[in-house]
Amino acid sequence: MWLKKIALKLILAVGITTISIISVYSYFNIVSQSDALLAEVERHAIQQSETIKSSTRYGMLLNLRDHIHENINTIGLQSCIKGVRIFNKVGEIIYSSNTNDIGTFVDKKAESCYACHVADQPLERLTTKERTRIFRLSEDSSRVLGVINPIYSEQSCWDADCHAHSKDQKVLGVLDITICLVDVDKQLEESKIKVVIFAVFSIFAISSIIGLFVKKWVDKPVTDLVDATKLVASGNFIYKIKNVSKDELGDLQKSFNLMTKKLAEARKQLFQSDKMASMGRLAAGVAHEINNPLTGILSYSSFLLKRAERNSELKNDLKVIVSETMRCRDIVKSLLDFARQSVPKKNKSDINQIIERSLTVVENQLNIKKINVMKNFASNLPEIIVDINQIQQVFVNLIVNAADATGEYGGTITLSTSLISLSPFGITQIKNATCPKNHNLMDNDFKINGMPSIKMKAITDGNEGYINFDPVYGKHKNHYGLPFSKKKLVELYCPECNTPMVDKTLFCPKCNSPIYKIFTTDQGNIEGCTKLGCHWQRWKEIDSQGERQYIEIDVSDTGCGIKKENIDRIYEPFYSTKGQKGTGLGLSVIWGIIDNHKGRITVKSEEGKGTNFKIIIPGSVN
Amino acid sequence: MNNLIDILIVDDEKVILDSVERICSFENLKTDKVYSVNEAIKKIQKKNYRLIICDIMLPEIDGFELLEYLRTSEIETPVIMTTGYSTVENAVQSLYKGAIDFLPKPFTADELCCAIHRGLKLADIQYKLNHPEKNDNYDSVLYVPCPPKYLRLGYYSWVFKEFDGNVLIGITDLFLKTMDSVKSINLITQNVEIVQGYSCANIETGDCEEHMVLSPITGRIIEVNNKIESEASILEKNPYFEGWLYRLIPSNYEQEIKYLTSCSTEMF
Repeated sequence: MWLKKIALKLILAVGITTISIISVYSYFNIVSQSDALLAEVERHAIQQSETIKSSTRYGMLLNLRDHIHENINTIGLQSCIKGVRIFNKVGEIIYSSNTNDIGTFVDKKAESCYACHVADQPLERLTTKERTRIFRLSEDSSRVLGVINPIYSEQSCWDADCHAHSKDQKVLGVLDITICLVDVDKQLEESKIKVVIFAVFSIFAISSIIGLFVKKWVDKPVTDLVDATKLVASGNFIYKIKNVSKDELGDLQKSFNLMTKKLAEARKQLFQSDKMASMGRLAAGVAHEINNPLTGILSYSSFLLKRAERNSELKNDLKVIVSETMRCRDIVKSLLDFARQSVPKKNKSDINQIIERSLTVVENQLNIKKINVMKNFASNLPEIIVDINQIQQVFVNLIVNAADATGEYGGTITLSTSLISLSPFGITQIKNATCPKNHNLMDNDFKINGMPSIKMKAITDGNEGYINFDPVYGKHKNHYGLPFSKKKLVELYCPECNTPMVDKTLFCPKCNSPIYKIFTTDQGNIEGCTKLGCHWQRWKEIDSQGERQYIEIDVSDTGCGIKKENIDRIYEPFYSTKGQKGTGLGLSVIWGIIDNHKGRITVKSEEGKGTNFKIIIPGSVN
Repeated sequence: MNNLIDILIVDDEKVILDSVERICSFENLKTDKVYSVNEAIKKIQKKNYRLIICDIMLPEIDGFELLEYLRTSEIETPVIMTTGYSTVENAVQSLYKGAIDFLPKPFTADELCCAIHRGLKLADIQYKLNHPEKNDNYDSVLYVPCPPKYLRLGYYSWVFKEFDGNVLIGITDLFLKTMDSVKSINLITQNVEIVQGYSCANIETGDCEEHMVLSPITGRIIEVNNKIESEASILEKNPYFEGWLYRLIPSNYEQEIKYLTSCSTEMF
């Protein structure tokens, strides 16, 4: 596995290149070094041989054999000189540093003679180069350098008194010295070892430097990318690669981050459109199926109504059937409209006017029920951009609800508007929340104030259970599904993947307890204190937007109120306490409309005393 | 005209066929009923009908195919389309493909009667137009077609684009001629957006409680011709100029005119 890593491959490649370059370099280096050394030794040896020759010249001329012997013996004592011999033309050793040799003959095939006597006819002149040779005296001895120096005849030789040599003799004999090469060889060996050490060290150094930089510049960003890819593949679309480098890999990381972001958006859209499409298909199917039987009822009943002109009792009954069937028709139509989710057509408008218009729509009903309407409108409201029809529908629905709640004995409905500035704390709804691995934490089955709550698994004091957190930033109507005490710490986990949600490195600035961190797909992270009773929460992304202007509309009645156990369910579709009189769609539609306008609706109710709905809609965004 | 039957009803639901038949017989109209387009085509080949009421969502072949069959075989019988899946698209498509009316289910007996009366009247006009020899007073103009530069949605309503990009919309004379004289017209207020194929006005006449006028185009109303509300006769006297209903800023003109027909093409 590790063999397949880029870093290792690169190191191997660089290592092999270094080895080959250094090997070639070392080879030539050693060769030239040994050549130079040997040439130097040779030159030295020849010089020495010349010196010996000249030092014996006088002795030769005077034929002072003892003197020459003495000379040669002394020279032969030097440690680096293996031997000094002088032999005559026929090969008889006349003088030698090794006295045993004197008088013996040298084989013409021996190393010393080989240079001249390679052919049968001996050569008379030798170049300096040819006079030297390197050989070993025996198999296991060190190398030696032999230098032969022919002694040529000259005038003084044949003129001398001894007349030992005739005039036509050209070479009188040969001076042969052998010098051992132990030191030279030792030096060469040392430099070889040095080169090898240098080569090994440079390979090691280059590889580790390359390795280090590859790790820093390639390995780390690539590992980051691979990890990020795996995380995204597992569904975490909020993951971002941090510490992006400034090179091409950094560009890749940046575009990876961008891709993840786009992917998350696309997925969200796809999910939404998919949901809407399937709901649309369902609604359309239901509409078609219901409309056919409704046609039967409506056409027959209206037909009967037409024929029952004279029978007023029958006519009244039939009227009920017709009008109720017409209501069915409207419901189905609104279902179809909902499925098609007509985009709100927003316009600048005055909220007070919309309320006035809504009141005129329901005026009759209010008069019949003897309901007193109190209006408390602020005059300084800015015009806000809303879908007039939808907002009107909201107020008509709320006023009708209020009228229904007041019952038959009359009562008061108070409508008031005001302009308020609010910090996002305590208002902003957390609409999507995920764990670090992007598992959805929103719990649609458990709603707090009509909004899906945030569900996390909790472990405290050995107990395990779930906590449903209030989805409003800054509000704490949490629901604890396990016994929970102020003194014990709580561990929070994602219910799906068990990833811890508590960040152990951060602590609540208020009470120093550990804090949890939840993620949103588009609006940063939300932090909050895990301690029961500590209400610290922070949502930097939202806080940074500062205070905003809202229009607050208050609809209160003096009616029967909503039972405590029902108050959490009032926004659920098809939930109704009006029995046969309502569809149960009213408040859920209202909730949807207000949500579409980025507003919020809250309810306070006391059984027997009345209900108060508060709507806030953001003022025009600058 | 032998074996002339007033109405052919095409629907896959027995209860609807029966109820329509009952209502028609109450109005002294003779009807035939079939369950599918194929059966309808067989009937049409054998007999003459003054009017066809056809469902859109039918098994195997849908109602639009019947319109196509009638067009290719040059049968002029007017068709009222009806469907439980009553969307704007279906309404606009029906009218574009040659239906004279679109009646969303569920409908009341009155709504059905209004549509049938208009359809039969249209069939009469059409018959007279194509058989001038049988016309009693030969020279009389049956209806005023809309000016050539106008576009129309079915035979219902017209739209005219002004130089500044706004559009005028109104009701065609032929549509008015299929009703009794107009008693009153209810218009929508300014600043509201109306949608192509949705009702944009109600006309009350002597014979029916209300006739819906389907808007030929989507847009925001910037001006309402209030004059016609107080004096409905203008509508009948001059439906293409003085009798306009609304001035709109169209929101999707280029897309929507695909479903409109040029007034230079004859209605029949």
